Amino acid sequence: MTQLPPPSKVKLGLVIDLDTCVGCHACVISCKGWNTENYGVPLSDEDPYGAEPEGVFLNRVHSYEVTPRTGGAAQTVHFPKSCLHCEDAPCVTVCPTGASYKRVEDGIVLVNESSCIGCGLCAWACPYGARELDPAAGVMKKCTLCVDRIYNENLPEEDREPACVRTCPAGARHFGDLGDSSSDVSILVAERGGMDLMPELGTKPVNKYLPPRPKDTGSEIDILAPLLTPVIDTPDGVLGWLDRALTKITP
Amino acid sequence: MNQPTLDTSPKVSDEIRQTTCYMCACRCGINVHLKKGDDGKKHVAYIEGNRDHPVNKGVLCAKGSAGIMQHTAPSRLRAPMKRTGPRGSGEYVEISWEEALETATSWLKPLRESGPEKLAFFTGRDQSQSFTSFWAQNFGTPNYAAHGGFCSVNMAAAGIYTMGGAFWEFGQPDWEHTKLFMLFGVAEDHDSNPIKIGLGKLKARGAKVIGVNPVRSGYNAIADEWVGITPGTDGLFILALIHELLRAGQIDLEYLARFTNAPVLLDDNGLFLRDADNKPLVIDRNTGEVSRFDAPGIYPDLAGRLRQAGTTHRTVFQVMAERYTATEYAPDAVAERCGIPATTIRRIAAELAHVAFNEAIELPIPWTDFRGDHHTSMTGRPVSFHAMRGVSAHSNGFQTARALHILQILLGSVETPGGFRFKPPYPKPPEAHPTPHGGVQKGTPLNGPHLGFPRGPDDLLLKEDGSPTRIDKAFTWDNPMSVHGLMHMVIANAHAGDPYKIDTLFLYMANMAWNSSMNTAGVIEMLTDKGADGEYVIPRIIYSDAYSSEMVAYADLILPDTTYLERHDCISLLDRPICEPDAAADAIRWPVVEPKRPGHAGVRGFQSVLVDLGVRIGLPGFVKEDGSAIYTDYADYITNHQRRPGIGPLMGFRGEDGTETGRGTPNQDQIQRYIDNGGFFIHHIPEDAQYYKPWNTAYQDWAVNLGLFDAPQPYIFQLYVEPMRKFQRAAEGHGDRQPPEHLRDQIKHVMDPLPIWYAPDAGDPETYPIHALTQRPMAMYHSWGGQNAWLRQIHGANPLYVPTDLWKQHGFQDGDWAKVTSPHGQITVPVALQAALNSNTVWTWNAIGKRKGSWALDPDAPESTRGFLLNHLISELLPPKGDGLRWSNSDPITGQAAWFDLRVKIEKVGAPKESQPAFPALKSPVGTGPDRLSQKVGKS
Repeated sequence: MTQLPPPSKVKLGLVIDLDTCVGCHACVISCKGWNTENYGVPLSDEDPYGAEPEGVFLNRVHSYEVTPRTGGAAQTVHFPKSCLHCEDAPCVTVCPTGASYKRVEDGIVLVNESSCIGCGLCAWACPYGARELDPAAGVMKKCTLCVDRIYNENLPEEDREPACVRTCPAGARHFGDLGDSSSDVSILVAERGGMDLMPELGTKPVNKYLPPRPKDTGSEIDILAPLLTPVIDTPDGVLGWLDRALTKITP
Repeated sequence: MNQPTLDTSPKVSDEIRQTTCYMCACRCGINVHLKKGDDGKKHVAYIEGNRDHPVNKGVLCAKGSAGIMQHTAPSRLRAPMKRTGPRGSGEYVEISWEEALETATSWLKPLRESGPEKLAFFTGRDQSQSFTSFWAQNFGTPNYAAHGGFCSVNMAAAGIYTMGGAFWEFGQPDWEHTKLFMLFGVAEDHDSNPIKIGLGKLKARGAKVIGVNPVRSGYNAIADEWVGITPGTDGLFILALIHELLRAGQIDLEYLARFTNAPVLLDDNGLFLRDADNKPLVIDRNTGEVSRFDAPGIYPDLAGRLRQAGTTHRTVFQVMAERYTATEYAPDAVAERCGIPATTIRRIAAELAHVAFNEAIELPIPWTDFRGDHHTSMTGRPVSFHAMRGVSAHSNGFQTARALHILQILLGSVETPGGFRFKPPYPKPPEAHPTPHGGVQKGTPLNGPHLGFPRGPDDLLLKEDGSPTRIDKAFTWDNPMSVHGLMHMVIANAHAGDPYKIDTLFLYMANMAWNSSMNTAGVIEMLTDKGADGEYVIPRIIYSDAYSSEMVAYADLILPDTTYLERHDCISLLDRPICEPDAAADAIRWPVVEPKRPGHAGVRGFQSVLVDLGVRIGLPGFVKEDGSAIYTDYADYITNHQRRPGIGPLMGFRGEDGTETGRGTPNQDQIQRYIDNGGFFIHHIPEDAQYYKPWNTAYQDWAVNLGLFDAPQPYIFQLYVEPMRKFQRAAEGHGDRQPPEHLRDQIKHVMDPLPIWYAPDAGDPETYPIHALTQRPMAMYHSWGGQNAWLRQIHGANPLYVPTDLWKQHGFQDGDWAKVTSPHGQITVPVALQAALNSNTVWTWNAIGKRKGSWALDPDAPESTRGFLLNHLISELLPPKGDGLRWSNSDPITGQAAWFDLRVKIEKVGAPKESQPAFPALKSPVGTGPDRLSQKVGKS
């Protein structure tokens, strides 16, 4: 068993905009690339060119279809999912070696690979399926929130953000301090009704999701209908209307 | 707490080299991080977007980020190869480059002397078309084109004939100002990052997005409103929107009068009334007099009429309004065919009108138009549109794309703030493009550029007997405006000897033996078919590819290309540029790592190989008078080639000291200057020249100064396309050049100078009631992604997606399979339910299915066992009509491959062992990939 530290003041995390995510998987692959080459052991791939390729990914996008209860067309929601850096992280408390831990200074949940025994208890305890065991190295891998980027003095300041955020073409991913109510991410969460994923589990995720805006709301009885009032249904037809309209706009 | 100490500032890399991505056609800037490996050499470690780059501004898609796995893919070819077994066996021996180049020369050089047309040289996803066409032109064959004919020529041709540019590479929405964006038929790409960046901007400020697409995935998933249209009916829907807007007078009259041919007067023949200088005529509303359209000080009168010799001449606008206000285009008349309620069509028309006119924007930027009229500000109609293959890949796609442009123009939303904006070198009207050329003479270059924009029947490429000049029958009565050629017809026509037989088929980066051909199994037969003499019907095939694609197995000689990180390229203004609406831009690729294939003869950039072949064959443009080489390789060509004096492939750092832009003598340090500048060059357009470009004198002067053209070329938009009327008139019996009888009615019908809609011909709708489509996923580019260990974990197999009603009707369950039948063929494939889908449409991901033995995948890879191609259901020919003629499955105007006209029937069947049809495994020239990847370049 590993103890969680007292809640940190700084709560770094991601805000993911489900109204904007097009499901392109850019974040998935950028994450794979950065984390293969950086923190800890590389993210391996078993059978990469074979029948059942299965690699380790710290971030995956799932797509769901939602059919409104009120009727109307089905909708597609692209849902990127990675570690939510929970305040009450069950993956930490379940760890028998202390390898799984939550950082005091910023709340990032990490695995210290040198003390990880690859028992997999943390993956079992995580209700979000956010941890994946690397079979090649036998250690647990998870989102590090790019802890080796966000403070990295070898990177230009503008690049000190997680790889997934830097690469997201639609700008659907935001990074910041959710412990600071005046931060850009906190304001975004407040304005757009940001949500916890499965709050009933009591894990208190730091990451937030911005829900899709209402869709297909165009009313068929339309206030704009007067715009389409015919102007050419007169005895002089198009030409008559045209002449009158042109007279208004020409000198 | 016992928290481990962490180095939060590890070294990121040993060096960053900036070049251009080639994981799709988008051409983003990338930072390639190199780290020293165990061998002490620098290796590619990580790829990210280049923040300064005009295309992607730092972001990068999944494909781009997975570039490292393409660069290290086990499918990379390693040496030139000569076929030893029968075609299709995959049996090859590796040979030296000298032997490969001498073999190619020994085939090609005699052809040039005896009949250059016996070489058909077609390139696929070629980003060096201005160079490959230059080579082909100097060789002298008329048979050259790239892949535009089976991609999106409808879009390009309709755009240029109508308004001097189209979507994507030609222009883009004004993402900063638009308030309503309508996306037609774009799946998940074309283009990739810029559309996502743009959508992100709209979403951030809550602007409305309407997606018109039978499938609600990708961009359509985030659209605020989804219009799940019936495939192939977009044109009808758009014409109904036009009907409503015209009837209600919700159009921009001032814009139409000043900047389009709406006020141009038509003569008795439906051609423009012109003055002695051939200038189209209008009535000047100020004076009531007839005037040439571009005379200073006039105000062209849309309501103008001219009585002359007993005839009343009307304006284009009057003819157009009469046509589209007719009830056949009323929402109620089209709703059922489009699968869109009439109320929805009317509401969308009202929304367009509301945003364009009630929410108009005004930028306080004065400008002067080509008639000399000063404008104190720029008025914007903040509605914008984008469309791509969903509209383009139908046999009515040209007229549909035209209809969409007319909608944009009626709203006054092209080249105005908030609307659609061109990117240099566009706008560029058809008159500024060449006409097609097909003048063949033994041993000499072709008489001009292959591809161009026909102005009328005189520009068709027909021999004296009326037969086609080109092997693909481009620029014939079959498809008069086939401005990109018809790559999908080359193999079929060469095999049929129709219009003639060829000797050598030379292909680059085009997987024609698999996903890039219609009728894949048939094409494989054509490539392997032998005549009575025991020789192959297509005698010789040379192919260049970087990877072990399916096509490799069908060539006699393989010229292995490099990966995109190992090569020189230029993304040129002479070609398919990467400009922005506010700037001209071009870019390079350069070998950020050397191509190494240890133990093998190695690979060479295809363009450098063409330079070498050009020298060996002795092509003008490649050898000096003494026969020695002009260019040592492609990089040398990029630096020193001049298309016109002072104008070369790259615009930046010209002149001896590199200080000139656009025009200037070659600079020997130019490529290094590009490298130092991040791999690209950008040249901004002044503020007063950024909108109204076709008519804006400040823009015209800027473009001339840069060298885009040599004199200002203002023009007006062509609502009515006169060249089309010329073809139509020929079909009505006028002129010397007459269509063959079997095409006369087709030409009369489809070459209408104002957009029409007609139903695609896809077989009997009773028997084949369901539309079938493909779309390309955002994380894959054609067949390339399948060899990529990371990307194939996202899309390793492709079910046929079936909408809810059909799913229930057929009693499908998860894991079921269906037999899918079209008039052409039959496949058996896995199915999956998708609710957010047009109720009469099925679809699948494009090019996920792979042939066993290709791409260094294991033979039991899901791409081969569960993946499949819809191509087997689509023929390059329409079903026989009983007239003995071969009718191409193409748009009759442009020859665009009509991939999306496909209709099928489906039936639930027991699960087969694997997707059908299954093909025998190819013998892989590169083996298969490793069983595990667990790699890190920088170990410490």
